[in-house]
Amino acid sequence: MLEDSADDLYENAPCGNLSTLLDGTIARINRTLLGWLGYGRDEVVGRLRFSDLLTVGGKIYYETHYAPLLSLQGEVGGVALDLRAKDGRKLPVLVTSAVKTGDDGRPLLIRTTVYDARDRRAYEEELLRARRAAEAAERAAHEDRQRLQKLVEGLQRSLLPQQLPVPPAMDVAAHYQAASADEVGGDFYDLFPLGGDRWGFFLGDVCGKGVEAAAVTALARYTLRAATVYDPDPAQVLSNLNTVLYQEYLSDDHRFCTVVFGILGPATTEGRCLTVTGGGHPPALLLTAAGTAEYVPTSGGPLVGMLPGLQFTTHTYLLRPADTLIVYTDGLTDARIDDANGRYSHEALLEFAASIAPASATAAVASLAGLLAGFGAGLDDDAAVMALTVTP
Amino acid sequence: MLAHGFGCDQNMWRRIVPSLAVDHRVVLFDHVGSGRSDPAAWDADRYASLSGYAEDVLEICRELALPPVTFVGHSVASMIGVLAANREPDRFAALALITPSPCYIDDGTYRGGFSRADIDELLESLDSNYLGWSATMAPVIMGNPDRPELGEDLTNSFCRTDPAMASVFARATFLSDNRADLAAVSVPTLILQCSHDAIAPPEVGSYVRQHIRGSRLVTLAATGHCPQLSAPEATAAALREFLEEVR
Repeated sequence: MLEDSADDLYENAPCGNLSTLLDGTIARINRTLLGWLGYGRDEVVGRLRFSDLLTVGGKIYYETHYAPLLSLQGEVGGVALDLRAKDGRKLPVLVTSAVKTGDDGRPLLIRTTVYDARDRRAYEEELLRARRAAEAAERAAHEDRQRLQKLVEGLQRSLLPQQLPVPPAMDVAAHYQAASADEVGGDFYDLFPLGGDRWGFFLGDVCGKGVEAAAVTALARYTLRAATVYDPDPAQVLSNLNTVLYQEYLSDDHRFCTVVFGILGPATTEGRCLTVTGGGHPPALLLTAAGTAEYVPTSGGPLVGMLPGLQFTTHTYLLRPADTLIVYTDGLTDARIDDANGRYSHEALLEFAASIAPASATAAVASLAGLLAGFGAGLDDDAAVMALTVTP
Repeated sequence: MLAHGFGCDQNMWRRIVPSLAVDHRVVLFDHVGSGRSDPAAWDADRYASLSGYAEDVLEICRELALPPVTFVGHSVASMIGVLAANREPDRFAALALITPSPCYIDDGTYRGGFSRADIDELLESLDSNYLGWSATMAPVIMGNPDRPELGEDLTNSFCRTDPAMASVFARATFLSDNRADLAAVSVPTLILQCSHDAIAPPEVGSYVRQHIRGSRLVTLAATGHCPQLSAPEATAAALREFLEEVR
């Protein structure tokens, strides 16, 4: 039978064994550890403290982390430290210590076991290097993303009016909710004076996202402004927009848009006359002074920019005092509301509108902004809303 | 008010608080980034220098509406106390600096005990221990089976030490140079040092005494950098005596 003595095991164990007094002075050390360090027993026992065997950095770590923990907990395990051998070599080790207490519970000495950790430490250093590289890459990606988002934000801002002008005796408000901070959306809107207290407004959505969509969005927005000056009849404005966008559509980038366009006549005691037309766009909502909500047919027209020579139909209404007209893009009605791909829908929007009516443009847009924010990640597409109220 | 240094948290004071609390109100806290501090309060820029920690000390004084405090700072917290006391001296009755060092790195004839390379080595040391940080500290069995809440405290607190925050604190600590701030100290000051301290050797204690007017230096027969753990009775006795003096 194999014989092994405790003494021999202590001295020649495959790990370093060390006992120190409470002040760290080395009282006993095994042959294995002396061999690693290159010290003779007499050079160490009673002469050095455990921390004297460490590198300077390791010594600070020992004094600020290891010693307090050991004192508070009675033991510390698996801490990575570097020993400094007599010839200056660094020995990566894992160190575990336990305080031996007397029968009365008072600490007597500290027993420490030291494991050779060269291979493990080399592996860990690889891990650390890999982690640092990953962190650096993540930081770089984060910075790139921030730059991109800033660019997107700037571009988006340039496509939307900074502030809507407010026609006399009206309340107007608009809100834009981007679905993603990384991509420019294709929604646009504007409200602008035409002279003689007549006002033009539009709200639309270029299909797709990104820089190409943004270019078409800018084109649509400026074409609408220019076409209104050229001939302010809404059907004619959309027809002219169609002609311009169709030119684009024939190029590589097949973009088209949906849009609602309207003219508000001069203010009278009855309200303002509203002439409106739409091209492939969801119907506008009317919140009445009486507290009802209904869709007004502005839709039905063809998508703008896909076919040449399109005709658009104009509708005329009277926007009475305290009535609020709301135009929006389908990002609002198409928002996902459940995991089963359920969408918000026009029915739900009408119900919501009825629940807030009557409401001024400012109040209605605030409510809709809250609704949009509530969709969270369910908002797949950008959403724009604009509301116009003739103040009573 | 007792302020812990780099590497641990307010548990450092565990052995002397009972003695001090007999007839004093004791205020304990964890620096932001250490122990059980709120991670949301962390701000890498603010805590990249000791002045951020000093500002926190003043904030605690203001928030708790404390009368002038005797500030007991261990290790780097002693310089945090010096900065705070210089900024708003009226909030401080006295300073007790335990194993202080105004500058850890040698500079000309000044001996802080370390070189820049040593400090880099420490930062490496920190890194290599963060790999297994929580795994190392979590299953630690406490030597206090009759007081399991201690184990929970320590385990939680050490597990929460965020490597990135500790690294910032290490840099703020060991790359600081507060020698010029010592002369501005205007409150009674006690310096406690250990007879054998690898981090704040006796010369550094003497330097602090020479540069803070009217300060008194007491050398405890203790080894290491944390006399409140290794020699709690002597540390508490010295602090109590000082508290009597400045009362």
